[in-house]
Amino acid sequence: MGVWTFMDKSNRTYIRVAVLGVLLVALVFAVYSSFVKDPNAVKVGRDAPNFSLEQLNGASITLSDLRGKGVVLNFWGTWCGPCKQEMPALQKQYEAYKDKGLVVVGVNIGESPITVEPFVKQFGVTFPILLDRESQITKLYRIGPIPTTFFIDPDGEVKEIFVGQLNEDMIAQKVAKILP
Amino acid sequence: MDQRKCECGHANPVGTLLCESCGRPLEQELTAQTGEAAQVGQAAFPDMRYEGMARRSQTYTNTLIDRVWNTFSSVKVAIGIIIVILIASAIGTIFPQQQYIPVPVPTEADVARFYSETYGTLGQIYYALGFHNMYSSWWFVTLLVALGTSLVICSLDRVIPLYKALNKPRVNQHVSFLKGQKLYGEAELSAETQPGAVADKAAEALRKKGYRIFRDGDALMAEKGRFSRWGPYINHIGLIIFLIGVLMRNIPGFYLDQFVWVREGQTVAVPDTPYYVKNVAYHTEYWSEEEMPQKLDLNGGAIPKKFQTDAILYLNKNADLPGAKPELIEVKRGPIVVNHPMIYEDLSLVQSGVQEMQLGALNFVLIDRQAGGKPVGPIKLDLYEPNPELQVGDGIKVRVLEYFPDFIMGPDNKPATKTNLPNNPMFALEVISEKDNVREKMVYLRGTIITQKADSRYTLEIKMPDLIDISGLMVRIDKAVPVIYFGAIIFMIGVVMGFFWQHRRIWVQFHEGRLLLAGHTNKNWYGLRREMQTLIEQTELPIALEDRSKA
Repeated sequence: MGVWTFMDKSNRTYIRVAVLGVLLVALVFAVYSSFVKDPNAVKVGRDAPNFSLEQLNGASITLSDLRGKGVVLNFWGTWCGPCKQEMPALQKQYEAYKDKGLVVVGVNIGESPITVEPFVKQFGVTFPILLDRESQITKLYRIGPIPTTFFIDPDGEVKEIFVGQLNEDMIAQKVAKILP
Repeated sequence: MDQRKCECGHANPVGTLLCESCGRPLEQELTAQTGEAAQVGQAAFPDMRYEGMARRSQTYTNTLIDRVWNTFSSVKVAIGIIIVILIASAIGTIFPQQQYIPVPVPTEADVARFYSETYGTLGQIYYALGFHNMYSSWWFVTLLVALGTSLVICSLDRVIPLYKALNKPRVNQHVSFLKGQKLYGEAELSAETQPGAVADKAAEALRKKGYRIFRDGDALMAEKGRFSRWGPYINHIGLIIFLIGVLMRNIPGFYLDQFVWVREGQTVAVPDTPYYVKNVAYHTEYWSEEEMPQKLDLNGGAIPKKFQTDAILYLNKNADLPGAKPELIEVKRGPIVVNHPMIYEDLSLVQSGVQEMQLGALNFVLIDRQAGGKPVGPIKLDLYEPNPELQVGDGIKVRVLEYFPDFIMGPDNKPATKTNLPNNPMFALEVISEKDNVREKMVYLRGTIITQKADSRYTLEIKMPDLIDISGLMVRIDKAVPVIYFGAIIFMIGVVMGFFWQHRRIWVQFHEGRLLLAGHTNKNWYGLRREMQTLIEQTELPIALEDRSKA
């Protein structure tokens, strides 16, 4: 006659609760993990991952140094038609809001300055263009199709992510949410 | 009432099939009412699988906890879960999972379109039900955890009573217990035969066969291979450890599956890690004809022997700020060959792709036509890191005005690039000779040089371009691997224990001047029968074994 046979009812319940509890924790963890496939993904409501890149013809810019300003972070390439088409709109909105605390930052994906420079000149872009030569920041921000634009508020939090071509009205409307 | 009293006086828990003390079948009294006691008793002798012990879970369903427990304790439920997992896993292979879609699907709408356009209505349903991401869906994961839960609870509910039962060897059992065994025989003892002497002789014979002998007076029970009964439970523990290992991959930092292309000479950041990798050189080695055991007609082709990247792994001391100028410290250097990854701490770099003979740089010689086609000097235009200005000869330089790596004529009739890869490079150059005050523009495209003026002073002679290999490296971190292997080894040990050994028991008892012989094993009845026959021969007793085993 072992302990098992005469184990009283409350004891039995405690053991069952403990075993089921551990298994429930495993379940919650497993299901949670299945929903959060990429824990490092950039998401609305989270802080934009910090980075530092060299500017085309200029010093490095570190994202965290732009705290206190609204930041429009635009990933683009010269080979991308919609990127080309939205450049003037970004430039216009940058000019309209830069005195109100807006910075537009263009991140060029993996191209040489020789390719980027004539392009930037052609569109009269005056906002900073960063060169992501090894596509490291492009990978960090999990960029799929371009253009992809992040709207980051003065506290460094991502307020909106937009994939596709923007026009002036859309930019103005989204910028309104991130101005200091 | 929590207990059931056996005729021998032992109080058994409800659900017990064979009295824990004397072995009498406890349900027999119920069945005996309907027919002939002996016959029905034999026919209804309980299954020995769990030694006739009570599984408490079958009898208590007071609380919610008990109900949940009892559900998972059922083998039927376990089999149900396994079948559902099998069916779901099979359905997941009908159409490709999202990660294996062979065309780029950048947005969710593209994914949906892929299934509906490629597979029609069925594909649409498949997508709508979320089967395109089946194996990581919450419900599939829930099923796997349910299977794990069932493994734990089924095992606990069976192994504990079984351990209790086997820990107390069944010596001196009730006659009905012996008669209920599948191998059974009895014989009349002559008046002069001493039961004690027969028991001693039997004990000696069985001990020689490797049995462990338990005695209670003249009654004896011989047992071997009890540990094999734990085999199934040990292999279930192995499975549970295996599942825990798989689950551990979801802990941040435990698992990484990335891919990186590195061209020869390039140093790139390894995604999601603080490391950088440099491709010093890549080469494919081929089998030479002498090495081949027989002559093969390869039609001028060759069979690769080795895909190798000579690499250097660096740790970036400045990894806290991505994109910032890296501060690299070499941590490892060596070849990466298929099946022989570079391993540094938890990180593995696996050779898993190559693009050979890709354009790396264009080579030209600047020609001075006025000087009778005299070469001025070489020009190298790197396609990944083009220099904006090159000094070619004395006082002569070449400036890169425009560079389109993958040239295409844009819709606005302006030159543009299709991608950021140098598949079809186009350069606009300017030759500047300060001493002669000459400035001339020219364009390189698709193997031709177009000069601005037909009678230009300078032109370019095209030389063999630099071709480079781009190596594809798979980046892996999997800290759960030791746990998964450990689980697999434990599983194997359990399987071997349960498969290659058997738990055999032989009872020798005396009852009313007769000798009773019974045997039980969990498998290999043939082996047990042979051992019992040998025992009968050695004890020289006229016993005929009744064999009710199907084996």
